Amino acid sequence: MVLHSLKNCLWLPCVLRTPKACFWSTASGGLIIQSVSNNVYQNLAVEDWIHDHMDLEKQQVLFLWRNSPAVVIGRHQNPWQECNLRLLRQKNIKLARRRSGGGTVYHDLGNINLTFFTTRKKYERMENLKLIVKALKALRPQLDVHVTDRYDILLDGQYKISGTAAKLGRTSAYHHCTLLCNADKFVLSSVLKSPFKGLKSNATPSVPALVKNLFEEDPSLTSEMLLDAIAKEYAVQHQIDHHITLINPADETLLPGISDKTKELQSWEWVYGKTPKFSISTCLNMVYKDSVLDVKVNMDVKHGRIEVCNIDLPEQWLPPGVYSELVKSLTGSKFCPNEITTLVTTSLRLCPQDDELHSRWSLLCENMIRLM
Amino acid sequence: VCIHRVRSCSSIRFIKSKYVCVFDKSALKFSHQQRLLRTSAVSCGQIVQFKLSDIGEGITEVTVKEWYIKEGDSVSQFDSICEVQSDKASVTITSRYDGIIRKLHYSIDDIAFVGKPLVDIEIDASKGVASEEDVVETPPMSHEEHTHQEIKGHKTLATPAVRRLAMENNIKLSEVVGTGKDNRILKEDILNYLAKQTGAILPPSPKAEIVPPQRRAEAVPAAPKDKARKIPVPVSRPIAFAGKDKTEPVTGFQKAMVKTMSAALKIPHFGYSDEIDLTQLVQLREELKPLAEMRGVKLSFMPFFIKAASLGLLQYPILNASLDENCQNVTYKASHNIGVAMDTEQGLIVPNVKNVQVCSVFDIAVELNRLQSLGSAGQLGTSDLTGGTFTLSNIGTIGGTYAKPVILPPEVAIGALGKIQVLPRFNSKGEVVKAQIMNVSWSADHRIIDGATMARFSNLWKSYLENPASMLLDLK
Repeated sequence: MVLHSLKNCLWLPCVLRTPKACFWSTASGGLIIQSVSNNVYQNLAVEDWIHDHMDLEKQQVLFLWRNSPAVVIGRHQNPWQECNLRLLRQKNIKLARRRSGGGTVYHDLGNINLTFFTTRKKYERMENLKLIVKALKALRPQLDVHVTDRYDILLDGQYKISGTAAKLGRTSAYHHCTLLCNADKFVLSSVLKSPFKGLKSNATPSVPALVKNLFEEDPSLTSEMLLDAIAKEYAVQHQIDHHITLINPADETLLPGISDKTKELQSWEWVYGKTPKFSISTCLNMVYKDSVLDVKVNMDVKHGRIEVCNIDLPEQWLPPGVYSELVKSLTGSKFCPNEITTLVTTSLRLCPQDDELHSRWSLLCENMIRLM
Repeated sequence: VCIHRVRSCSSIRFIKSKYVCVFDKSALKFSHQQRLLRTSAVSCGQIVQFKLSDIGEGITEVTVKEWYIKEGDSVSQFDSICEVQSDKASVTITSRYDGIIRKLHYSIDDIAFVGKPLVDIEIDASKGVASEEDVVETPPMSHEEHTHQEIKGHKTLATPAVRRLAMENNIKLSEVVGTGKDNRILKEDILNYLAKQTGAILPPSPKAEIVPPQRRAEAVPAAPKDKARKIPVPVSRPIAFAGKDKTEPVTGFQKAMVKTMSAALKIPHFGYSDEIDLTQLVQLREELKPLAEMRGVKLSFMPFFIKAASLGLLQYPILNASLDENCQNVTYKASHNIGVAMDTEQGLIVPNVKNVQVCSVFDIAVELNRLQSLGSAGQLGTSDLTGGTFTLSNIGTIGGTYAKPVILPPEVAIGALGKIQVLPRFNSKGEVVKAQIMNVSWSADHRIIDGATMARFSNLWKSYLENPASMLLDLK
């Protein structure tokens, strides 16, 4: 296997003038590239870049990448529904929304990602997955792996080791999938469980599955070995050199416009704001002094912002002026704990300075914010 | 995409024509051409039903997930129309035509069928300079020349309107640099190219400078074709400033600031400023920094400023008070919850350190570290942001000397600290020495606080900081 930094590539001057296709045209039929970064946003940006700028007519591309701990949701999914956001924030696990469809996955360095870029015409997921199975079997013939008609790869007939998603554009398309080598299954199962109750939405739901790492089946396997085996099989099938080119997703000269793409993928507007409209209908159980209050809350959230908010409080529990001030703060704001905390604490400054009132307000707000 | 132009040979007047192209996507070839010519100046064009094309893999139906346009929007060819999803694949559907969207056949979450109409588009009648004339047919240009011009091995993309503009002005598309998506040539690119051509005194340089215009530029009328001028006269080129005003609603952190500051307006502020000599404190901090680091804490100047303020408030409790709404009662707060203004990515937040009156300088440093890391991560809780009684704003870390801070209700005083500068000062012997000088600017509520009180508090605070050893006497 030869690893060759693209910086030494003679075609670099060509890249600067016309980012479309002319570089890397030495390879015929196919190209294998691997990211040097473990940043999920940078790697997703590379996918975007290739999809938008490369001419895949002359050659197809296989992109290999791994991420430090991150949860990746599909294009049309709802993060509140799909994962435990509080746990993510606590553990400093990133949340990303990819541009392809499909369900939610957990990435860490024990998981490898493979993206197959082709023209729209040549888009063919089954072929790609069969290629992966072939590579796995070549590496370890005794592995019981096969592709299902849902485009999953199963180990021993029951454990999911790979999930698939795809994106189709006007002229190009890509199919990417994961492959569980040695991921942290404990973290995986705890972050992908949402504690949210009472959420109604038309967002694409994920289908939970039993998972297993290839490492558990055969401890001699490593992520590097798997990447290499798949790259080798790809090279054979596309009749190209088994040669992986490293790319740096932060290199603006090589990939002009990539930093803008990375920034967009990290923005709140993309990660949370692209959530399809949903409604929340839940009950807060607030312990106040010696009693437990059941407070019904109904909210409509569109583009990640609270459109409508109704809180069913016992009469006069909060003075009406204060209640309407709270609702006013919430309406139109991001469904985001940081923003709501700032707004409600500001509103509290302007309320009458009454300890009783303050503690009720704080209690209610803390419970509301816990939803987000 | 195939385009046809019909041009009158005798005059430079142009005919309004309509172009309907049938693009056979599956073969990626240009198999059909149709020409529809009209002579009248009718502005409404023909409505075309844009059907959902084949997705591949035998898929017959998809779910519409997002519309990028709405009825009445104008679209260009290749603009994104909507996003549909089918079985883990997300597909971006782009427009085949230039025109105006007249009807969306589906709503969000509807099932759309391949081969059935997705949107109705009213095809553009020609825009711009045209005036109507009789139709004169000329042999259509061959595909190769005008459909996809090969430049350096790449196809040039340009909408029919742009191609016409180029042809009207005798511009070769191959000489224009495209700045649109996929290197598409936009109208602005033609106009920029033209602007560089007119009024040229010297022969134009072979490679025109690339100036990428904003995509949202208003249409600027093309500069007059004036290639041959006898007298070199400075020509006023149409300055295409493509910037546009942007209006957005006030939300989030900005909304919070609007609320707070609007309420603060009701407070009659007065200001009081002074200069503090921190030479001794700077030295003390240098000695204590490594000790704090050993305990895992970053020690800045703020913990000292905060503790000194609390000691001052013990002597002048009215500065740690609150006036009720009707200005009838003053409440002297027992706890010194000193707020620290923080600048985060989203904006201004003011968390506070609780009960400074019973905290040591080190305790305050620990708490500040905690608040700072939570603040930058956007994870401050409600209790951190409520209950403040007095605030300090260390704007000096960014810059500045004097400030006029705004009191945060329901508090009655605030201090802004400028940056520490090394300045020459006279010592007791009358010699000029190097001194570490910082300015403080206080603002207070003149309804209950008078200038004398503020001045005495400030002097006390100043004395603690100028002579840190004196703090030891009063530390609780």
